[in-house]
Amino acid sequence: MSLTIDMELIEDVLCIRLGGELDHHTADDLRRQITKKIEDYDIRHIVLNLGDLSFMDSSGLGVILGRYKQIKQDHGEIVVCELSPVIQRLFEMSGLFKIIRVEPSEQNALKRLGVA
Amino acid sequence: MKNEMKLQFKALSENESFARVTVAAFVSQLDPTMDELTEIKTVVSEAVTNAIIHGYDESPDGIVTIEAKLDDHLVEITVKDEGAGIADIEEARQPLFTTKPELERSGMGFTIMENFMDEIEIKSELGKGTEVRLRKQLSNSKMLCN
Repeated sequence: MSLTIDMELIEDVLCIRLGGELDHHTADDLRRQITKKIEDYDIRHIVLNLGDLSFMDSSGLGVILGRYKQIKQDHGEIVVCELSPVIQRLFEMSGLFKIIRVEPSEQNALKRLGVA
Repeated sequence: MKNEMKLQFKALSENESFARVTVAAFVSQLDPTMDELTEIKTVVSEAVTNAIIHGYDESPDGIVTIEAKLDDHLVEITVKDEGAGIADIEEARQPLFTTKPELERSGMGFTIMENFMDEIEIKSELGKGTEVRLRKQLSNSKMLCN
């Protein structure tokens, strides 16, 4: 099973919905696709919906941390939502929750960024 | 129940998914919980990704070997490469330490292996390769012990 990437621009928020498996093999494509969107459009914040992700390892943490650094340059932020218990533990272990906010649903995440 | 298997494959990133799914299918014989299975898939993915990226520097000529043993409810998984080796194992085990930040590696691989498994042993020699041995007692056996 590979990674599915669905991206939607809602005002200045890029909403990314991931499905399938995010590992070292699929991380490069995700990195390229998000980076291109950030370069091509006026994007301030990112909402990352991981609800349909069946697998993620530390390669996923690396991509998310990389995009955080990218978006932070323009004072933007990343909000993640719909984390499975195991993915939640990966975030806790890595300390990513110190810099990335989590919301239970996509609707809550968009509301938090003022576009819902 | 005692069982063993051995798996060898080329150091290609396409094989990361193959490796973790195969080990998970083998461990399924012990009737683990869904979370335990996901944890095992995650640690196999971490160790195999390390072998491919750090051991073999993504050269597909390298061969990754996985051995898995089941003994009652104890799972032992060994992931081996014959690649570059680790210069300083203690440093490599530190959370967020990575030798490849330019590839956006998070440096969390060994930390995740330590957290999701009960025991980890790392043997490595520069220029010879690395062997990571991971052990986990599945919870259904712990319940029987109580």
